[in-house]
Amino acid sequence: MKLIVLLLSGIVFCSAVFPTQDDELAKSIERGKMVYSENCISCHMGTGEGVTATFPPLAKSDYFMENPENGIKAVKFGLMGKIKVNGVEYDNMMPSPGLGNDEIADVMNYIMNSWGNSSEKKMITEKMVEAVEEKK
Amino acid sequence: MNKNSSVFKKYLPLALGGMLLTASVGLMSYNNGPGKSFLAESDLKVDTVATGLTMPWASALLPNGDILVTERGGKLRLVSQGKLDATPVAGIPEVWYKGQGGLLDIALHPDYKTNGWIYISYSSPKKDGEEGDDGGANTALMRAKLKGKELTDIQQLFKALPNVKGNVHFGGRIVFDKKGYVFLSLGERGQKENSQNLSKDQGKVVRLFEDGKIPTDNPFVKTAGAKPEIWTYGHRNPQGMVIHPTTGVIWEHEHGPQGGDELNIVEKGKNYGWPLITYGIDYDNSIISKDTAKAGLEQPVIFWRPSIAPCGMTFVTSDKFKDWKGDLIVGSLKFMQLQHLTVKGNKVTKREVIFDKIGRVRDVRQGWDGNIYVVLENSGKVVRISPKS
Repeated sequence: MKLIVLLLSGIVFCSAVFPTQDDELAKSIERGKMVYSENCISCHMGTGEGVTATFPPLAKSDYFMENPENGIKAVKFGLMGKIKVNGVEYDNMMPSPGLGNDEIADVMNYIMNSWGNSSEKKMITEKMVEAVEEKK
Repeated sequence: MNKNSSVFKKYLPLALGGMLLTASVGLMSYNNGPGKSFLAESDLKVDTVATGLTMPWASALLPNGDILVTERGGKLRLVSQGKLDATPVAGIPEVWYKGQGGLLDIALHPDYKTNGWIYISYSSPKKDGEEGDDGGANTALMRAKLKGKELTDIQQLFKALPNVKGNVHFGGRIVFDKKGYVFLSLGERGQKENSQNLSKDQGKVVRLFEDGKIPTDNPFVKTAGAKPEIWTYGHRNPQGMVIHPTTGVIWEHEHGPQGGDELNIVEKGKNYGWPLITYGIDYDNSIISKDTAKAGLEQPVIFWRPSIAPCGMTFVTSDKFKDWKGDLIVGSLKFMQLQHLTVKGNKVTKREVIFDKIGRVRDVRQGWDGNIYVVLENSGKVVRISPKS
């Protein structure tokens, strides 16, 4: 009986907490899509494929997905100089789009959960963006 | 005498033929075939004239050799005798630095040497009482004079309305037609339908008197509900605008959608079609319009596919680039190069990439010395292109 109560309350707890988190991520992704279509799409393209050797891809990008902080830094401070993405060198410049930390978190969540990318339900929060500083 | 002339007659065709052959060989090596100019990138050199700029957008080449450079973040910088002054020029108003917004173009009045007027465009945040989104912005035009390291006689001439919250498409190029008018290009601020709406300034080129007053012979002055400053409409995001050196007509280029950047000849009252017609598709690959042409809508001189993200442009009028005289040099943000467009009348007959990978080109101008000056956003430089010898 005790076990059943524990199990039930466990289920109730989980259903109360996890969907909320998923919900928040889903909402953030939705907002992020808007941020993306206004600020990112004309270079990184609608499905994140970029332009080979000119603008790096965001879809299945090792640079981005293996270290999301790279992405946060690029969006927060802009990016300049050579980087290597999926074996291809890029030497263009991304001006900082001047987004708020909340918008950066949203667009990160959108990118990390689109076009074959998955953050495995992990969510980038405004606080995490705030904590990222320009110099390593 | 007679004998001599008959010998002459006999050999005349041969001699003429030989001359023709020699001449044509000469022509071929000189001109490399029709439409090809013999001045090449390899005949030119690039020298850095200013470094240390942060996200420079445009330059004004002063008659004394100094250069004023706008930085998009909101600072006006002076390059004096080849050195960037550490202190920014004072007097720039508050700019809305976000997305593609910020401090934008700078242009000298055609009579700058006598009147000292400098025109500057920028993204201006919404002020109390102005139409549009709270927290939004739109492109504004001001003029001022440079006294030492300070702007004086500052006059706000124009502000595009309504204010819009979005981050994109401010346009911002300033050009003078030397007949007493100043033109300013305005992006549609991410609201494409408004390019066709004459009651809004988005997606327009506007014409003003040089003091900001609106000419009464502008094309829509008598159209009910239309903004009287509008000169042309149906633009997307024009960031290159120059006056043709002989016809005096405006040539403009604009960032289009994917595969639809355009070069246009901009004439009074005309509709350039965005978003009713376009050669491009949207960046999410959706179709904006199935039409590339329609009656009453202007066609571009050329369009770029793939898009090059054109920014900055100049007509070449200098003897230093003799073979390119009358041609256009266009900057590309995307491919970090210049393009040399051979212009014949109202047509572009050839495009060639020059100085590939030079940098993210924001601004291209011909200086008082006849050389071409290019502003590079990524490296924070102004460079000069001139003949090697």
